[in-house]
Amino acid sequence: MNIVVLTKLVPDLVEELAIDASGAALDLAFARWIINEFDDHALEQGILLKERGGGTVIVVAPDLDGADDVLFTAAAKGADRLIKIKGDFIAANNHALARTLTAIIKELQADLVLTGVQAHNDLDGSVGPMLAECLQLPYVGYVSGVSINDGKSAIRKEYPGGLLAEMEVTLPAVLGIQAAEQPPRYVAVSKVRQAMKDFHIEEQDASDLDPGGAPEVGRMFQPEAASHAEMLTGEPAEVAEKLVNLFKELGVL
Amino acid sequence: MTQDIYVIIEHLRGQVSDISYIMLAAARELAQSTSGKVVAVLLGYNAKGLAKDFATDQVLYLDHAALADFTSDAYQKVLSDLIGREQPRAALFGNTSIGSDVASVLSMRLGLPLVSSCRNFTKDGKFVSQICGGKIMAEGDLPAPTALITIVPGGYQPDQGRSAESPSITEAGVPALDALRVTLSKYIEPEVADVDISKEPLLIAVGRGIQNKDNIELAEALAQAIGGVVCGSRPVIDQGWLAISRLVGKSGKSVKPRIYFALGISGAPEHVEAITGSDTIIAVNTDPVAPIFNVARYGIEADMFELVEVLTEQVKAAKG
Amino acid sequence: MNATEVTERSFYAKVLEATPSGERLKLCLECGNCSGICPFGYLMAYPPSRMIAMLRADRFDKLLETDTIWMCVSCYACTAVCPSKVPLTFGLMTSIKEELIVAGNVPAELHTALQNSQRYGNPQGESPRKRADWAAGIQPEVKVLGKTKQPVDVLWFVGDYASYHPRVQSATKALAKILNALGVDFGILGPEENSDGDSQRLAGERGLFEMLAEKNGKMFGRYQFGRIITTDPHAYNAIKNEYPRLGISYPVQHYTEFLMERIGQLKPLLKREVKAKVTYHDPCYLGRANEVFDQPRALLEAIPGLELVEMAHHHTNSLCCGGGGGGMWLDGFQWEKAHVRLSEWRVREAMSAGANVLAVACPYETPRFEDAAKTMPGAEQLKVRDIAELLAEAMGV
Repeated sequence: MNIVVLTKLVPDLVEELAIDASGAALDLAFARWIINEFDDHALEQGILLKERGGGTVIVVAPDLDGADDVLFTAAAKGADRLIKIKGDFIAANNHALARTLTAIIKELQADLVLTGVQAHNDLDGSVGPMLAECLQLPYVGYVSGVSINDGKSAIRKEYPGGLLAEMEVTLPAVLGIQAAEQPPRYVAVSKVRQAMKDFHIEEQDASDLDPGGAPEVGRMFQPEAASHAEMLTGEPAEVAEKLVNLFKELGVL
Repeated sequence: MTQDIYVIIEHLRGQVSDISYIMLAAARELAQSTSGKVVAVLLGYNAKGLAKDFATDQVLYLDHAALADFTSDAYQKVLSDLIGREQPRAALFGNTSIGSDVASVLSMRLGLPLVSSCRNFTKDGKFVSQICGGKIMAEGDLPAPTALITIVPGGYQPDQGRSAESPSITEAGVPALDALRVTLSKYIEPEVADVDISKEPLLIAVGRGIQNKDNIELAEALAQAIGGVVCGSRPVIDQGWLAISRLVGKSGKSVKPRIYFALGISGAPEHVEAITGSDTIIAVNTDPVAPIFNVARYGIEADMFELVEVLTEQVKAAKG
Repeated sequence: MNATEVTERSFYAKVLEATPSGERLKLCLECGNCSGICPFGYLMAYPPSRMIAMLRADRFDKLLETDTIWMCVSCYACTAVCPSKVPLTFGLMTSIKEELIVAGNVPAELHTALQNSQRYGNPQGESPRKRADWAAGIQPEVKVLGKTKQPVDVLWFVGDYASYHPRVQSATKALAKILNALGVDFGILGPEENSDGDSQRLAGERGLFEMLAEKNGKMFGRYQFGRIITTDPHAYNAIKNEYPRLGISYPVQHYTEFLMERIGQLKPLLKREVKAKVTYHDPCYLGRANEVFDQPRALLEAIPGLELVEMAHHHTNSLCCGGGGGGMWLDGFQWEKAHVRLSEWRVREAMSAGANVLAVACPYETPRFEDAAKTMPGAEQLKVRDIAELLAEAMGV
């Protein structure tokens, strides 16, 4: 069972985001890159499948600052092979990423490709379904449970309000993970440091990063943020009226 | 090639979801700048009746047994066939478990541009998307020739997409749907036991200021009236006034509701870190320098007891 | 997930060999003093003495099945009271936590704190770039060594909670003003400072501690200064007792020791009366673990109008606030097991002593005691103040 986990690194929102000089893109010069939270779940799901039914877990990450840490941490959790894609990924969109990964993933002969269902900086869709289409594989997203039974995958798909759908997907397939069956495990720093000694990161070159299919952004801006609440004043009845109007404005009444 | 705006309707178990109506409202706005029609696209099996209250110029209904329930493979086949053939100016999908499974695949399959997380359109037909946890907005021209767009709630209200008049329905052809790679086995209902506050859009949060268990009823009454769920900060759960499933905070759940209405919550860092994902925080506290007012969008320096009762009544009246 | 690869033999050997004076484990008398004095001992499946008994009976596997080890707040009470001087806190308890961490058996809250420490250099997950933001507006300006690049007499190691927690920042600012008033030539690392790592070490993350220590050591090496002072007893303990083992050796003082050295200069500046009945809480890592008891008290007694009273537990017997050994990041977990907080016991003692101010000298304590005081009937009037805040009040800065 060859399980490929595709990870993306995204700008860490703990650091304040800035718009660059063009006014139409993020200033990523000083961005801190962290693993997309949903990809962390995809990795956890991959490791769980390996622990349950055997197989190989191959983790792939694009070459951004922090990719090595993501890969070695994955190894410390139980991944078998680590692949880093070399190329300029700072401004690469999901279309480009999906296209460039196609040849690499094809070669890995994956039975199952797991990746996070979305990432917070997605503006042109998600990489999982686009990669599935490039590979001509079926795709299901918002998956929170996966099991493999002879050549087919039984998955749980999440709908709003806690409703779940159990579906069957023929393998090989690409799944967009919403949540792993258990929260991503903690791995001790000492284990990651050991993995740095025991594992080797394979490097593969990205083919041309063709970004076609993404929208052109005319401008990017930050919504107005107040540093202090706008205070609503008056007698209780007056304030209540203001609140009712506010609720209507915000679409909950 | 047309200037029409397609809306890919989402429905589950006989219910059309709110996002469908939001999309119809969004499409109406966009159609004004392209001078095209709004076309609701409904896939289903014996499901024509679902279209009865769509605010749209036309409904295209595609009927097939394999479309009785949503599966990604079937919807992708039908919609790539339809959109590839009709070439509308834009097709709107929900940024949801249904729409997101389809839009990205179609972008690659048909070679059409895709914009995701779109919240609204401007008067001159530009898209406005929100990304990075709502911290960044991206605006741009509607890409050509057919723009595939996934829509998130927030820009329009479902009611704007509803109509008293039933629209005209045209049936369209469906391609062969055999050898589907994704099939539905069954649905699993959520446990009625308790809510998952991390998924709730409207939260009424109570803090130490609630003072005792009986007063929780006040918050419950407001929650009932407005259609929200009660949650609380650490001291409230510690006292046993609310179940631990309702705990919001560092040692509880992180929440990202549209509205977080905080009553008597001071705003300690351990609590605040779990609510920063909220769209709008409204705080009520008797202490004018309570830290919560630094993270809330709106604040009210008042005794929550006086306010909540009056508010509940006014909310009930507004709902009629 | 289990750690069956770890045998009693290898664990025992690790504690014996890898811990300083670990050999003393063999001298345990099974007197039970440790389990008796442990504030949460009654909740542990295997409090310290029973733990040693299990090791001796070859039942190590049993120890790893339980999660009550996470009730240990590394308060040092057991170590202080052991007649055989067995290294219980940092030897035995910490080693068990290490095994659980390696096995991936970590309560979620703690997981987040450890991950944040790794990623951002602080357990709260705050942006490292904002670590010196607390100093904005203080005149003369607080020197951030990465910017000024000048040698200073004193490097002030501020610490995580003192840098970022809004309540604790008041105490940090107070000390900055005191140092300025005394004309001390000091600087801080600001964004280049990482968590001291001591609580993470005691929570079982040895690798993380070493990583943080190495980063701090590198920064220390970059600048010139005479000594290090700190507001944080955990950082004090780390820099004094643990960093030298990693080759990072600098003279370090807690700020109360530093200020007492200058009491001749400080006392005349304490002009305003602070009329209060104050009781002082000995922090575990300043008092019991490092035997600094007198200087904080002397500073308080130097404040005019202040009456100092002692609580029932004081000096070596001080009651832990519950924040050590990972306790700061296990509040939910510990509450579920105990339904009582150590900080509440302490607040009750402060009230029994007749105090209206509870004075502290550790950044963990201010938020913990204030939270406890809020929920306890009768304690709403109890104020919690860092010694630095009281001194600043008396100085009128």
